[in-house]
Amino acid sequence: MTVTAKAFKYGDDINTDYIISGKHKFKSADMEAMAVHAMEDLDPEYYKKVSPDGGFLVAGTNFGMGSSREQAPLVLIHSNTKAILAKSFARIFYRNAINTGLPVVECDTDLIGDGDELSLDLEDGVLKNVTQGTDIPFAPLPPVMAQLLADGGLAAHFRKHGGFSVK
Amino acid sequence: MVVPISGKTIAEKIFSAHSGTDAHAGDIVVADVDFVMGQDGTTPLAIRALEDMGVDGVFDPAKVAVVMDHSSPSPIEGVSALHTMMREFGKKTGVKVYDVGCGVCHQLIPEAGHVVPGDLMVGCDSHTCTYGAVNVFSTGVGSTDGAAAMASGQLWFKVPDTMKVVYTGELQPGVFSKDLVLALAGSIGVDGATYMALEFHGPVIDALSVDARMTISNMAIEVGAKAGLMKADAKTLAWYEGRGDRAPAPVDPDADAIYAAEVMLDASAIGPQVAKPHAVGNVSPIEEVVGTPIAQGYIGTCTNGRLEDLKVAADILRGRKVHPDVRLIVAAASRQILLDAMEAGYIRDLIEAGAAMVTPGCGPCVGTHNGVPSDGENVISTANRNFKGRMGNSNAFIYLGSPATVAASVIEGVITDPRKYFMGGEA
Repeated sequence: MTVTAKAFKYGDDINTDYIISGKHKFKSADMEAMAVHAMEDLDPEYYKKVSPDGGFLVAGTNFGMGSSREQAPLVLIHSNTKAILAKSFARIFYRNAINTGLPVVECDTDLIGDGDELSLDLEDGVLKNVTQGTDIPFAPLPPVMAQLLADGGLAAHFRKHGGFSVK
Repeated sequence: MVVPISGKTIAEKIFSAHSGTDAHAGDIVVADVDFVMGQDGTTPLAIRALEDMGVDGVFDPAKVAVVMDHSSPSPIEGVSALHTMMREFGKKTGVKVYDVGCGVCHQLIPEAGHVVPGDLMVGCDSHTCTYGAVNVFSTGVGSTDGAAAMASGQLWFKVPDTMKVVYTGELQPGVFSKDLVLALAGSIGVDGATYMALEFHGPVIDALSVDARMTISNMAIEVGAKAGLMKADAKTLAWYEGRGDRAPAPVDPDADAIYAAEVMLDASAIGPQVAKPHAVGNVSPIEEVVGTPIAQGYIGTCTNGRLEDLKVAADILRGRKVHPDVRLIVAAASRQILLDAMEAGYIRDLIEAGAAMVTPGCGPCVGTHNGVPSDGENVISTANRNFKGRMGNSNAFIYLGSPATVAASVIEGVITDPRKYFMGGEA
């Protein structure tokens, strides 16, 4: 499946407090309602910009550093973020994203400008920068994570297999 | 007979023992976990994930605990509903519930002996790496990973490479384990050890108390690490006397273990360190920030809310007053620590100096309650994170330091070098 959407570009070391602040994440377990606060402390307009047509969140190194809050990938999913593209990810966020079904792609994001139109086909491993007319190579997910993502996340994987069934 | 390729790190040995494989860095293993923990910011989503998995209980109620610490007692009705959900989960599954006032999860779990040296555990909180200080491979995971572990007693892991961190020399007066770990963050950066385990070694670590070691392991995540491991020595084993009902099984690294990287830091050359807004890696020697005005000080958290932290602060503040333009907020990391600190007189010293005591727990660290700073204010805190907005206001500025640095600073109303209290002079 190919997803086409605009790139919204940010910098290095985006932490999970920026993705969803502690002052919001404790208020409820309603991710739909919380999504309006996604990325708020970094870009108060994020939800307004991304939610209508969807978008790719593009960043530099160490995306998702900090807390283990799974609200971080969840509010991004509920703000209509299609995937995160970054040079590198912090490990807890990386797992949480896969577990909740949010695609994460490690690639050279210097090849993407803010506002560029991108198309991503995860299964075929193709990422195109439509605006610049370039292909951006990326490494496939480790097999275990690809399997979890293909199953729709870890909870769905468990339901399907009755426990861990990873190679 | 198979000849081993090389020796193993602590992480490789613990993963080998818990997965029934000959685990080496880079391997993917499904491992048995000895304990699973969640807190009030993460447990509600774990309960929901268990429902999504179609699972009705936990693998072993004696090996799971949930803790209300991040927003506790509840400041708003939304949180009250989440706390109720956790209490009902406890009644339904039989897992241990640590309710309002018990303390911070990362003090309670080792304090109760839920984990012992040699264990593998996961917690739905990034600072779960704290128990590396007592030789437990403990690591933070999200709610769905936590739910999978609660359901099955297992989780998949990539066995991490290990970075060996050696502190040489000798800790100087007025300098503490917080300063050692801030110096590391300043040196290798906030992603310096991403995907790796840290192993801390050397005479400086050996000389630290278990409390002080926990401060260092607690901040392993701040350099991106999965775990912050230390060997279990006689101090560790003494600390475990009377805690829990399982015998410690200490794990040492092999002499020929292979490390992905090695970092040496000379403790003799490290003075008090301060992480400046808005990044934990934005570390300076205190000399560079001395004189910065502050409006609030906070002593507490899973990093520095333990008995010896309160003692250091009380020793500095005894007979002195918090500056009239400054609020000092103090939270003990657990009810037991609060009781011990009361017994020792530290709490009286702190309150007489002007401190506001809040409930054992996370206090104002994560911006949910107990002291949200105002626009433009500077805060000096013993916590582990100073991200913009962390304490609930993105227009405030958070500096991180040791309990001694916070205590010295709240007296003068500006960031202050605490060493003058340790030179045999003023104190």
